[in-house]
Amino acid sequence: MTLLMALLKRKSVALSLLFILIVVVAAVFAPWLAPYDPTEQFFDGLTIEGAPLPPNSDFYFGTDLLGRDLLSRIIYGARTSLIIGVVSNGIAVIIGTLVGVTAGFVRGWTGSLLMRFTDLMMSFPALLLAIALAAILRPSLWIVALVIAMVNWVQIARVIYSETISIAAKDFVAVERTIGASSLRILFSHLLPHLLPTILVWATLGISTTVLLEATLSFLGVGVQPPMPSWGNIIFESQTYFTSALWLVLFPGVAIIALSLSFNLVGDALRDELDPTLKGRL
Amino acid sequence: MQKILKGFALAALAAAISGAVQAQDTPKPGGDVIVTYQNDVATLDPAIGYDWQNWSMIKSLFDGLMDYEPGTTNLVPDLAERYEISDDGLTYTFHLRHGVKFHNGREMTAADVKYSLERTVNPKTQSPGAGFFSSIVGFDEASSGATTTLSGISTPDDYTVEITLSAPDATFLHVMALNFASVVPKEAVEKWGPDFGKHPVGTGAFKLKDWALGQHLTFVKNDDYYRQGIPYLDQIDFQIGQDPNVALLRLQRGEVDIAGDGIPPAQFLQFKNDPDFQKLMVVGDQLHTGYVTLNVTMPPLDNLKVRQAINMAINKDRIVRVINGRATPANQPLPPAMPGYDKDYQGYPYDPEKAKALLEEAGFGDGFDTELYVMNTDPQPRIAQAIQQDLSEIGIRAQIKSLAQANVIAAGGEEDQAPMIWSGGMAWIADFPDPSNFWGPILGCEGAVPGGWNWAWYCNEKLDAEADAANAMVKPDQQEARAERWGEIFTTAMDDAPWVPIFNEQRYTVHSARMGGEDALYVDPVHVPVNYDYIWVK
Amino acid sequence: MAWYVTKRLFYAVLILLGVTFITYFLMYLIPADPARQIAGRSATVEVVANIRHQLGLDLPFYQQYLRYLGNLLQGDLGRSYVQRSQVSDLMAARIGPTLQLMAAGIGVELVIGITLGIVAAIKRNSALDRMLMAFSFIGVSSPHFIAAMLALYFFAVKLGWFPLGGYGGIEHLLLPAITLGVLGSGWYSRMVRSSMIDVLHQDFIRTARAKGLTRVRVLLRHVLPNAIIPVIPMIGIDIGIFMSGLVVVESVFGWPGIGQLAWQAIQQVDIPIIVGVTTLSAVAIVVGNLIADIAVLFVDPRIDVKHS
Repeated sequence: MTLLMALLKRKSVALSLLFILIVVVAAVFAPWLAPYDPTEQFFDGLTIEGAPLPPNSDFYFGTDLLGRDLLSRIIYGARTSLIIGVVSNGIAVIIGTLVGVTAGFVRGWTGSLLMRFTDLMMSFPALLLAIALAAILRPSLWIVALVIAMVNWVQIARVIYSETISIAAKDFVAVERTIGASSLRILFSHLLPHLLPTILVWATLGISTTVLLEATLSFLGVGVQPPMPSWGNIIFESQTYFTSALWLVLFPGVAIIALSLSFNLVGDALRDELDPTLKGRL
Repeated sequence: MQKILKGFALAALAAAISGAVQAQDTPKPGGDVIVTYQNDVATLDPAIGYDWQNWSMIKSLFDGLMDYEPGTTNLVPDLAERYEISDDGLTYTFHLRHGVKFHNGREMTAADVKYSLERTVNPKTQSPGAGFFSSIVGFDEASSGATTTLSGISTPDDYTVEITLSAPDATFLHVMALNFASVVPKEAVEKWGPDFGKHPVGTGAFKLKDWALGQHLTFVKNDDYYRQGIPYLDQIDFQIGQDPNVALLRLQRGEVDIAGDGIPPAQFLQFKNDPDFQKLMVVGDQLHTGYVTLNVTMPPLDNLKVRQAINMAINKDRIVRVINGRATPANQPLPPAMPGYDKDYQGYPYDPEKAKALLEEAGFGDGFDTELYVMNTDPQPRIAQAIQQDLSEIGIRAQIKSLAQANVIAAGGEEDQAPMIWSGGMAWIADFPDPSNFWGPILGCEGAVPGGWNWAWYCNEKLDAEADAANAMVKPDQQEARAERWGEIFTTAMDDAPWVPIFNEQRYTVHSARMGGEDALYVDPVHVPVNYDYIWVK
Repeated sequence: MAWYVTKRLFYAVLILLGVTFITYFLMYLIPADPARQIAGRSATVEVVANIRHQLGLDLPFYQQYLRYLGNLLQGDLGRSYVQRSQVSDLMAARIGPTLQLMAAGIGVELVIGITLGIVAAIKRNSALDRMLMAFSFIGVSSPHFIAAMLALYFFAVKLGWFPLGGYGGIEHLLLPAITLGVLGSGWYSRMVRSSMIDVLHQDFIRTARAKGLTRVRVLLRHVLPNAIIPVIPMIGIDIGIFMSGLVVVESVFGWPGIGQLAWQAIQQVDIPIIVGVTTLSAVAIVVGNLIADIAVLFVDPRIDVKHS
């Protein structure tokens, strides 16, 4: 609670949390909030020549190239972004933590093997890897989430690894070891509690990366499958029109940037609050 | 002969305006032009090139025995001065022009023709067009790699080529006009090996001067071209890697003469409604049909009533509107510009009520779940979604699988993979203007094999026999009857509803105000996309 | 030192081996048949089989991979299935523009990042500081494709300040480089800011000030060189992130570089190019990191080689 209060004191963070809340509400209550069905292609949603409609009193954000209501698609798109953000990043954090803790705690052969593998993954151009995986696995919402997790766990593993090592080197752990505490006990009673702040920070920051990667994959046409709306694939479907129908890029584009920015700001503030040594500096 | 320009009100207007202007001026030589394309020119090797952007480039660098009148689909002799067909339709004798020179200065002879055809068929060349030559005697031996020569081709003297076929083939002269039958000099091919495509040497109207991979190519006029006064242009600069939208904007600014990829949908309306550009816009028919394949071997699509219901469920007019009216709704596999097109055929009407009733009769009153495969570049996923919505109206829940082109093609080539495929982006654009090209590989039994292109897996042996019979009608006076026969084959196939023909796409392109030459040259149905040999600068 | 470098080189080679293996394996799994792609739609089953054999695609996976590795060691990256040219030729033709864009992009990143970082550190906890840091956050929170499209729309289409994409002189380079640079500068400005603040608090700076040196002189001579050290390894890591951005930015701006080649190849499932580009990117990342790590050793004597 005190943490939340501390966070809310910062204007940028309060605004970010508000925006995240709006997106969550939009995602959860999409069927009630959206003015129309996001997949319904309205006959009068296109001009007689087949052009999309700019924002007007029937369609507040205008229509897309199939005559669907853009606002409704953006509201439903919030679901896609959040689901992928939370699920995919959750998987990434779990894998990253497991790998990082194991490597840092067990050390030896297993540890260095795991870290070499992490290095290997770091050397992969992330986007190329994600595209290749998406192409092999035939994209769907869950596959996209999985693909992004496969790419994103690496950084988390690195951070957790170095944290684990520094905690394990601390005196109290050494003392525990000498008095014969089991590894598991050390793991659960000391390591994890100390790692929690780092995990929390990365769980927040990672959502931002995930949202961006999902948008990019969808923009390249290998992400979420139509007609399910995602902010990235809305732009993908309208990209050729962006010089004549800017609203089709602008609205979802701003949504992506705002959501990613919000998670970044919150994550950054969390890091400040949870790590007093860094306070006011980063 | 069929009309090239369709009577689209707008196009007629545009043609009338530009026609009136052009009537006064005659082609004049000289001038450099800039043409843009988005995708890389993969190769200029005529045995290999099979892309949108390199097809007519290759035609300008190389010649074959046959070609078409500029801007039309009328076959005429090219490197052959004339030809004779034996009474049994099995032997073609081509008499070559004298004094035609390759870009390297050597005279082209009958031996070059033989060598070039054998090279295309040789599996080492890995030509995507080898299969077109299967009617030549000795093809099987050559294509299996057992021998490198085609026993059916002989050269009695330097200027005569005799080709013997294993069965009469009415399309053979068209095949000889394909890029894959272009004549290449052996010494240049052997010098460059697999990189001949980067250093092309032909007999064509232009020569390749310069090529910066992925950036630009420069063609210069071949002064020794055998046709006097052709080409008109001195030089063509092809700029590669230009987004079609950007190319259009540059054309508006006068920096580009021809946008090779045509007018992208986004700018189409803007151009169409802008009086300055209307008259620079050119419209032409393609030998193209966009269709949805219904896999006749996969339940419940193996049920004829279900396939008919799907045919009646799709609102083609709306789909045409989604792509800004750049197409006309189709009701049969053949496009209107193709001989054999049956303009009296009504096809399946758009009738969701009837469609629902048919589904009910078939026992799918509650609909069913299925999949619709589609290529993942715009506008294909959009069109697929329009189809999806129409299907959902009659209770069919189609999940869209939007994949890279190669993956869709791979899925279509497996018997139990893809129930439905929207053909856009991979659709059949005829290789040559003959209806047979729309049958064998995509609707005949020969294509219904693993890895084939008959994604409906439709195999009707009776119609295949009809098709063979039609192809054996080689006499000039049989052609009308042959076309009619072909038309019947396609409409009969539609009784089995293996496809939903959706639309015939039209090509809209634009050139700068200074470009001259008939509109048809800019949307040439054979020299796709532009016939560079005959256009000129005012 | 020599031991350290040797060890790092050995790891680098191992990593590259792993990258080629994984990429090749992923490509092997892709459900598309290159032989059929090459053979075209008129091909018979026999022709397809013949081509598959010529390409060695009928071999088991490990043999295909070993063959690839063998050729790779001789500098042969294979031939593109679609473009029918040597992959090395295709990449060579495009490496120049990509290096140009990368150098310009990283240059813009550094200039913006370091400048903003210094200003923010000096004015720390002021409104200006908060504004600059918010700006840096917007940069790192924006996907490249949106930034690129909006930049193209406003600065090229609407205002006409820049050409509409394409390759050529400096005017073509500016807009994509600035787009990449602005988006990437955020990490640098934040890092420079915090390391500046760190250094400012250290004893030798206080001593320098106490000795009566001017503020500007202390900043330039003592603070900045020390504050910039953490930026160096950052550039190494950045190369990897940059490669992903390049794929998108090059496609939107029509820049004839490696990223565009990669994207075209992915769409056409042109496996030799995909493997080639991935390997090349991995080399760039590994070498970039290696150079950065070694450079830091020279710049910053405090780092203890044995423990890194």
